[in-house]
Amino acid sequence: MNFNATLFGQLLAFVFFVWFTMQYVWPYILEALEEREKEISDGLEAASRGKRELDEAHQKKAEILEEAKKEAADLVNQANARANQLVEDAKSAAHEEAERIKVSAQSDLDQAAKRTKEELRSEVAALAVAGAERILGSEIDKDKNSQIIDQIAQEL
Amino acid sequence: MASKELNSTDYIEHHLTNLTYGKCPDGTWSFAEVHGKSQVAGTEASCNINEMGFWAFQVDTLFMSVLLGMGMIFFMRRVAKNASSCKPGRIQNAVEYLVTLVRDQVQDNFTADKNPLMGPLALTIFVWVFLMNLMDLIPIDLVPWMANGFTAPNAEGGAIHYFKVLPVADINAPMGMALGVLILIHYYSIKKKGLGGFLAELTFQPYGKWMAPINVIFEIPGFYAKQLALGLRLYGNLFAGEMIFILIALFFGGFFSSITGVLAGVAGLALNFIWAVFHILVVILQAFLFMVLTLVYLQQAHEHH
Repeated sequence: MNFNATLFGQLLAFVFFVWFTMQYVWPYILEALEEREKEISDGLEAASRGKRELDEAHQKKAEILEEAKKEAADLVNQANARANQLVEDAKSAAHEEAERIKVSAQSDLDQAAKRTKEELRSEVAALAVAGAERILGSEIDKDKNSQIIDQIAQEL
Repeated sequence: MASKELNSTDYIEHHLTNLTYGKCPDGTWSFAEVHGKSQVAGTEASCNINEMGFWAFQVDTLFMSVLLGMGMIFFMRRVAKNASSCKPGRIQNAVEYLVTLVRDQVQDNFTADKNPLMGPLALTIFVWVFLMNLMDLIPIDLVPWMANGFTAPNAEGGAIHYFKVLPVADINAPMGMALGVLILIHYYSIKKKGLGGFLAELTFQPYGKWMAPINVIFEIPGFYAKQLALGLRLYGNLFAGEMIFILIALFFGGFFSSITGVLAGVAGLALNFIWAVFHILVVILQAFLFMVLTLVYLQQAHEHH
């Protein structure tokens, strides 16, 4: 147990080992360590961000679904209304058409009746004239008596 | 494995003698002479360890500490070179655990600034001192036995008759490291506070500048005692541990000669086991303490008191 030059030998070795560790060991290991720490914290952050985004997406999805449902319901309501409208329109159009057909048929009928009446009248007039000719035994001058005949026909 | 030719005193003395290579008073360099013969077979020794004085190297201490240090940096370098952030292997995991531990200690104890020296310094101290301390757990006669060509340590058979495997039980090793820390403390003290500021801290406190002589008497011993104690603490703990192992090893002396020798040997095994288990704690604790105290003292060097 005596102090001697070993002291300085040991000191030199110590300095060398510290220098070596500082130069070639510590920075590399620390770098790997810190890189991994960063990767882990980045990963955790990314995971929590992903989770948050997922939550947001879920919420958004629910909102969109809700909106779509509402829209669909609106569309159905609109379609129903429109269908009702169409049916109503068709109904009223049909009514009108029926009315119109009825009216025109009526007028045709009236006209036919009128014409028949005219025909009947003129036939009756001719019959009456013929009857009268027979009765009178002479021919009635049609031109002379047409005024009378017309008057009779008018009275029919 | 104490050989029968040795008595207890010789055995203990043998285990406390370093393999020393130094400059003798006559100017020649040689291994030391112990009990009339050279520590290394086939060499001429012209003086003993005490005559060598300062210019002597404890070859075993330097060899073991440099060997362990080299092992440390090669291992660490290999891990560092292949370090990847995404696929750490088992060894990288273990080293990373160590680095994290050291980094946390640096962050806790050294808060002055971001000094890139502190991490590597603390890591080197912790691992190197731990490895050197660990040598204490190697069976006490194993390495001397191997060094001496697989014969009893003091026998004539092998090449090297003396070899202490535990570098920290030689005061030069821990004090050499403590000297490095002492230099760093002075460097940072002067760098951060200026030479005047540093000296003022030692002279103008705690009683103001008119009491400078008394302040110096208080401050100087305190300042240097803690740095001295840094090395002495490690040396003392491990030397004491080594000493106990040596004493326990004496139990094995008569193992093959008598029934009491066998009983003593069994008791020695039990004691050795208990002490080794306890010593695991000392080994790691002292390495850790050396590291933490270094950081604390360097932090103090950065602070203005």
